[in-house]
Amino acid sequence: MEISKRKIHKKQSFKDWLISAITYVVFAIFAFICIYPFYYIFINTISSNKLSEKGAINFWPQQIHFQNYMDALKIPGLANAAMISIERTVIGTLFTVIATAFLGYMFTRDSLWHRKLWYRYVVITMYFNAGIIPWYLTMRNLHLTNNFWGYILPGIVSPFYIILTKTFVESIPIELQQAAEIDGAGTLRVFTSIILPVIKPIMATVAIFTAVGQWNAFQDTLLLMTDEKLYSLQFILYQYINQASSLKTLINSTSNGASVAQSLATVQTATSIRMTVTIIVVAPILLIYPIFQRYFVKGMMIGAVKG
Amino acid sequence: MKFFQNKRKIRGYKEFLYIFPLLILITIFAYYPLYGWVYAFFDYKPPVPLSMDLFVGLKWFQSLIANDVKRQQIFMVIRNTFAMSGLTILTSWLPMIFAVFLNEIKCMRYRKVVQTVTTIPNFISWVLVYSIAYNLFNSTGMVNHILTNAGFISNPILFLQGANHIWLKMWLWLTWKNLGWAAIMYIAAISGIDEELYEASKVDGATRMQTIYHITIPSLLPTYFVLLMLSVASFLSNGMEQYYVFQNAFNKDSIQVLDLYVFNLAMGSGSYSVSTALSMLKSLISLVLLCVCNKISKLVRGENFL
Repeated sequence: MEISKRKIHKKQSFKDWLISAITYVVFAIFAFICIYPFYYIFINTISSNKLSEKGAINFWPQQIHFQNYMDALKIPGLANAAMISIERTVIGTLFTVIATAFLGYMFTRDSLWHRKLWYRYVVITMYFNAGIIPWYLTMRNLHLTNNFWGYILPGIVSPFYIILTKTFVESIPIELQQAAEIDGAGTLRVFTSIILPVIKPIMATVAIFTAVGQWNAFQDTLLLMTDEKLYSLQFILYQYINQASSLKTLINSTSNGASVAQSLATVQTATSIRMTVTIIVVAPILLIYPIFQRYFVKGMMIGAVKG
Repeated sequence: MKFFQNKRKIRGYKEFLYIFPLLILITIFAYYPLYGWVYAFFDYKPPVPLSMDLFVGLKWFQSLIANDVKRQQIFMVIRNTFAMSGLTILTSWLPMIFAVFLNEIKCMRYRKVVQTVTTIPNFISWVLVYSIAYNLFNSTGMVNHILTNAGFISNPILFLQGANHIWLKMWLWLTWKNLGWAAIMYIAAISGIDEELYEASKVDGATRMQTIYHITIPSLLPTYFVLLMLSVASFLSNGMEQYYVFQNAFNKDSIQVLDLYVFNLAMGSGSYSVSTALSMLKSLISLVLLCVCNKISKLVRGENFL
């Protein structure tokens, strides 16, 4: 009896061990698939372009140089696109965060005239929209095509973040507000002195989400902008991928003077430039991600509680 | 008393004035486009402004199924939409399983690393995903180099151009991008499961798989159900970005989902009216789907998700 029980136990623990082992391996493989492409592209941008062209760079960089990045700066339009991307990220995030914090707070105020109605009015837009073409036609009627504000204005009031913020504000003890009001603080004063300092964590979450969204946005450029001066980095990158052949001539014409001094290994190719631009576009995300990961996760979890 | 009530009322109006500009904004960008639906009933050719002479009634709606060519095209688009959304829904349990097994990993640091790394793809744009796909899978990309150097193939495989297995490929990219992130919701739910349940099962001598099967998964089912309903509700809305960046002349017939088709119709060939008509139908059907799913949710779980 005693022996057979031990046998079973042993058998089970072997099975458990096997499950564990498989789990570890499968997750390792998946994690590798998730991160390796970024690594692969990065090591190819800093390795000899000649070797890279041959497909010889798979695990370690060889003959490291940074000429690709130096030359990328000379690509016409890239610097401007970077500026547009940065501007829309900074300005868009600023506006959205402020509007979200304010609305999130106002929708918790019982005194607000028809509070529930307006809250629903905003939230419903999350589930229902007119469709992309009517939206585009509207934007055109409002002269927001080929206009920088076309990037900013539509995203200022975003219902999902407002829900997150409202949930957060509701978790703050109401006595804090009441005490301030007894001391004579008005609605706005309560917002700036009491609410804002307390809701910083959720504002950080919203800021990160918005910033990533603005940085990654592609569709609005595609729809609204035909003026090259307003192209974002994402859009430029998309164009580079689709115009691989014309890229080469573009590069050769820009780095003509310097090319005498360049060895063959650092001469730009369509591939090297495509990879370099890819890394430039993805770098901000990869750099901020580890720092802000907890905010992402926190935001998601607050959302989950609501859902 | 009355005085105080009035004061409160006035305060309420004042507060409304504060948020009024923001309400205007959402009205302009979320409600005003609904007015754009009228284009579906006119023969709209920009820059000519709308006038009653251009009113065509339901002509564009009828034109969607007017002849065989049109019907075939619409059928194709619907088929693609159903295939892509169908694949996503059929595999919607993957994030849950991901979370369940991640929870089985006892080494916290390993778990953390896996979680961090697998959520990264969610935060890059589809353009970047396409760029990665291009760099890895084009005719001179990494995969073809490796296969050629190893002698498996003599001519490069055109992974990105052909229409072969395009649904599966799109699903794979979508999963690569979303899986780790989607699992976070379940990881949060798992951390909320009562620890006593696990202890009780341990005392009863349950194996690992039994614990997963009888405790973890049943606790996650409500979350799964809500998310499933939401994805059913957005069955017609695959979004266009992913399919737009991956589309080319060769795979167009099997990659065009409804959203992309509407876009191509308007921006490619300038048929604003037809695409508005289609867009309008889509929005209305989606709304009905959402209400149905909400109703089902209410019947099954006793609560709305809206």
